[in-house]
Amino acid sequence: MSFPLLTATALTPAVGAVVTAAVPAARRTAAKWLALLFSLATVVLAAAVLLRFDTGEGADRFQLTESRSWIADFGVRYELGVDGIGVAMIALTALLIPFLIGAGWNDADPKGDEAPATRRWRPTQGFFALILMVEAMVILSFAATDIFLFYIFFEAMLIPMYFLIGGFGDRAGEQDSEEGQARQRSYAAVKFLLYNLVGGLVMLAAVIGLYVATADQLPEGTFSLQAILDARAAGELDFGTGTERWLFLGFFVAFAIKAPLWPLHTWLPNAMGESTAPVAVLITAVVDKVGTFAMLRFCLGLFPEASDWATPVVITLALVSIIYGALLALGQRDMKRLIAYASISHFGFIVLGIFAMTSQGQGGATLYMINHGVATAALLLVAGFLIARRGSRLISDYGGVQKTAPVLAGTFLIGGLATLSLPGLGPFVSEFLVLVGTFSRYKAAGIVACAGIVLAALYVLILYQRTMTGPLKPGLEKLPDLKVRELAVVAPLIALLIFLGVYPKPLTDIVNPAVEHTLSDVQKTDPEPETPAVEAAP
Amino acid sequence: MIGLLVGAPLLGAAVLLVGGRFLERVGHWVATALAAVSLVLAATLFFDMLGREGEDRALHQHLFSWIPVADFQADVAFRLDQLSMTFVLLITSVGTLIHLYSIGYMEHDPRRRRFFAYLNLFLAAMLLLVLADNYLLLYVGWEGVGLASFLLIGFWQHKPSAATAAKKAFVVNRVGDVGLAIAVMLMFTTFGSFAFEPVLAGANETGEGTLTAIGLMLLLAACGKSAQVPLQSWLGDAMEGPTPVSALIHAATMVTAGVYLITRSGAIFNGAPDAQTVVIVVGAVTLLFGAIVGCAKDDIKKALAGSTMSQIGYMMLATGLGPVGYVFAIMHLVTHGFFKAGLFLGAGSVMHGMNDEVDMRRYGGLRKYMPITFVTFGLAYLAIIGFPYLSGYFSKDEIIYAGFSKGGAEGWILGGVMLLGAALTAYYMTRIMLLTFFGEKRWQPDAQGHEPHPHESPLSMTIPMMVLAVGSVGAGFFFDQGEAFVHWLEPVTGLGHGDSPVSHGTVALAATGVMLLGVAGAWWQYGRRPVEAVAPSGRWITRAARRDLLQDDFNHAVLVRPGNYLTRGLVYLDHKLVDGVVNGTAASFGGLSGRLRRVQNGFARTYAVSMFGGAAVLVAATLLMRAV
Amino acid sequence: MSPENYLYLSALLFTLGAAGVLLRRNAIVVFMCVELMLNAANLALVTFSRMHGNLDGQILAFFVMVVAAAEVVVGLAIIVTVYRSRHSASVDDASLMKL
Repeated sequence: MSFPLLTATALTPAVGAVVTAAVPAARRTAAKWLALLFSLATVVLAAAVLLRFDTGEGADRFQLTESRSWIADFGVRYELGVDGIGVAMIALTALLIPFLIGAGWNDADPKGDEAPATRRWRPTQGFFALILMVEAMVILSFAATDIFLFYIFFEAMLIPMYFLIGGFGDRAGEQDSEEGQARQRSYAAVKFLLYNLVGGLVMLAAVIGLYVATADQLPEGTFSLQAILDARAAGELDFGTGTERWLFLGFFVAFAIKAPLWPLHTWLPNAMGESTAPVAVLITAVVDKVGTFAMLRFCLGLFPEASDWATPVVITLALVSIIYGALLALGQRDMKRLIAYASISHFGFIVLGIFAMTSQGQGGATLYMINHGVATAALLLVAGFLIARRGSRLISDYGGVQKTAPVLAGTFLIGGLATLSLPGLGPFVSEFLVLVGTFSRYKAAGIVACAGIVLAALYVLILYQRTMTGPLKPGLEKLPDLKVRELAVVAPLIALLIFLGVYPKPLTDIVNPAVEHTLSDVQKTDPEPETPAVEAAP
Repeated sequence: MIGLLVGAPLLGAAVLLVGGRFLERVGHWVATALAAVSLVLAATLFFDMLGREGEDRALHQHLFSWIPVADFQADVAFRLDQLSMTFVLLITSVGTLIHLYSIGYMEHDPRRRRFFAYLNLFLAAMLLLVLADNYLLLYVGWEGVGLASFLLIGFWQHKPSAATAAKKAFVVNRVGDVGLAIAVMLMFTTFGSFAFEPVLAGANETGEGTLTAIGLMLLLAACGKSAQVPLQSWLGDAMEGPTPVSALIHAATMVTAGVYLITRSGAIFNGAPDAQTVVIVVGAVTLLFGAIVGCAKDDIKKALAGSTMSQIGYMMLATGLGPVGYVFAIMHLVTHGFFKAGLFLGAGSVMHGMNDEVDMRRYGGLRKYMPITFVTFGLAYLAIIGFPYLSGYFSKDEIIYAGFSKGGAEGWILGGVMLLGAALTAYYMTRIMLLTFFGEKRWQPDAQGHEPHPHESPLSMTIPMMVLAVGSVGAGFFFDQGEAFVHWLEPVTGLGHGDSPVSHGTVALAATGVMLLGVAGAWWQYGRRPVEAVAPSGRWITRAARRDLLQDDFNHAVLVRPGNYLTRGLVYLDHKLVDGVVNGTAASFGGLSGRLRRVQNGFARTYAVSMFGGAAVLVAATLLMRAV
Repeated sequence: MSPENYLYLSALLFTLGAAGVLLRRNAIVVFMCVELMLNAANLALVTFSRMHGNLDGQILAFFVMVVAAAEVVVGLAIIVTVYRSRHSASVDDASLMKL
């Protein structure tokens, strides 16, 4: 067996987490550098995964596979493997984490007036260790091809996330007292945990149901995605309509909570609003993507007929999410909650693309996951820098920032423009693909989703106008512009956005074959054009 | 080569934005030089093109594959044919002149470097728009223009009105962009492609219903960008930007994009008569709308903005006529580019000399103080009202003639509307001339007590004005030589001939007649007696026209306010209902466990009772099971 | 004499003990009632042993006695400690076991 590259990629941040957590209290800076170092090592390994991945004709669907027996009695195996979508998501995750660490460099330092209670009190070390822990879990859930293994990491990442949300706030809430903010924070953290646990519980039932169903019909029960796909293709496995629909629902509800889809979205604004900017990015750009990724891989792959059956409802929910999220973003007074609702709108687009069941839709949805991750990171991190300067999340506390901090305002604008899918930046490519993919099968849905384009322009530009332009609000006269560290975090993200917008071909090359596989799982083909035009000269 | 055309200004924008403070002192020259590079390239390509004949004139360049997903193949590819060439020449020449002008105009602005970066971005986006070989790449340029206009209109961000106007322009344009997006999607589902060639070639074989749908969506897009009714409201507010920006938006870029789009998509519109009718109606309504608004505004730039709307209305109407009108729409667009740029730069020059005062009622008698501005502005003025043998005369008369040749009652209505528009044009332009350059001086000290000292602008500003004046005077005549312009564009747009009930000569005569009427009307009102420095309240129509014919009030009442209520209501509902259900579930579990907790009261005897009870129940159950 | 009568006696003693545990307040009395219940059970076990003719019941009765002895030791110790700290042997006074 060759070098277990995927395990190594996932293990690096996990080891990093342990090492970082073990750094003594006084050596805070060392812990930060260690965390950064481990996250960069993960980037290198993820790049190796990307390079080793074969996109040529006839390449295997799942590559870099690893398989070991784990709980033999229940057919649980330690099975890893990636298709093009998984590779892309792992690359995104690995790439974003160093930026989050850089952005959150000082977020978890004890404030000056707080004396360390004991020598064991090490918030900075804990913060970075938890982030690395989440990264490890997320990479493993992107790579797991054993459903039980996936379930374990899908749930386990809640624990570090819970502490990240509940333990580290940006101290800029509407509540004036420290205590009130702590209460808000723990409310958000508990809400996040309970919501996702409920989803996980439903999913656990479905996972067990799946095992029982396979044990019924196959020689022995299995959790292996590949084995189930093969058995289905060979006609040895048929869940039956009723069972398949129940199992689909069990999986889908869990993913819809994680994604989050209307009306299961209310945990996201709280969680994103209360946590620090890097953690908020971690939630929306990385952790939530596991939900949409899993819809694409597990819901469609395991339950094609039930997916087809649920499509009208899911598309309706996605459309509601798009419009509803955008309208609520318009009504927010809190910057981070605004971005959270915008994310809900964007997740609507992703789900729409997945269930449009066209190659443009699903390819677009995959690109959307990546572009949304980068774009939200850019916007939210800059917003976080701004919030840290002024100590308030309220939009009405800002105005005219452009005058004192032009670079900050400029990067904020670019992040915002990416969020509203301006052509030339990455998100446009994916959003347009999703729209085209949806439109070619469901015209009305495509047109309704277009309303999201206009609303996105409204909420982004209103946010920009209120915070950055106009006369300077009192209290902002001495607002410093971006520091070198902050610029070093934001500039590569912006460069990446432009690259993904101008030349997304490397990415589509990786994603396209995987999308074709998924489409063949659900036995769908793209709709033919009505009057195919004469082939243009190449 | 074609790529460089777009690349030069784009490079300028990137360098100036990233370069930072180091470029503060040379930035404007870099930007102007790069715009000039584009112009030189365009000229080279133009002469190169003249050297080829017929079919070979069009150039294609495929740069790289942009978004390939299954059947969806978007490429970054350029197409340079006669239509694009015309636009490229207009954009680069007027654009370069405006760059040059801005060097003087923005001299004292601390953020001049950024201004020039945005100007370059504007040029690049517009060039991309007209050079794209498929509708998706065109869409990139389309939104890029929207972005550049957003940045430039809101350039003076410290003014809340400028920031609002910029946002409004972008959002209204976005509504139009959705039209273009849907059109591209329709093309993809219909033809399986959205490159010009397959789409336009396939249009003949497609049902009229689909073509009408595509056409209407394209029209929606054009309405947004070209400020046609009902999406015209952003144009007036866009005057918040610096004056060179207004010149750029109105003459060379942005608003002309809609006309380009419809002309480019001629094959689709030719197959969809219903869509063409809508284009004509939109054009005719906007033509009058803009003219009426232009008659009432006292702000010199807003009056000119009304004029632009009206002139673009002419062009839209002409494109709606089909092959009869395409060529003349473009011809009017080019001549309009020259004289409107001249007018705006003139207006900027006036404002420059008058401490940025825009109210024409505070001008008066400026011809003595600003002779060059007066002469160049005057020549552009004569061109726009269609003074015989100046630019506007040729292009506008051809459009009016094309309108008549629609035939029947429609022809008479269209011709009549356009003649009425011509009269109004003469009226409002004469009004601007009289208020600004003639009569007594009416300026007063501003709030800080500074008395304006009108003076002529520096050379960097007057030279572009002079060049544009030459263009305004001669372009039409030049284009009309042996119908040079018609023959030039015919291979791309096609050319049709209608049978007009009236002859060319009659139309020219009628147009000149109504023009004189309009001039006389304006003189009657503003020329023969002194003008009041404060606007009289006027009749209802004047008051409505000053408020853009209540367009904003309508939008506000129908869209903005209900929208606000809707979002506020939804925020409330999300908190109370959706989140309420969630929190309610949590709370009910909490309540239940609180209830259950009371059973645990700590008395050993209570626990003993439950133990005995439990044992009794178990025994009873066992006995019962035995019995059964 | 029929062995069933011993069972009736055992049931009577058990009921008395149970009623005492539930109704009396004094910890010592409650404790003695528990003993009464245990011994009622012992009586029943021995009776059953006799009825079935094997020694299982008697062996179990010995186990119960041993456990009862151990319980007396621990139980009395607790009662004495509680009395020392609270000066009361009432079971109702010690209601610390609630949430």
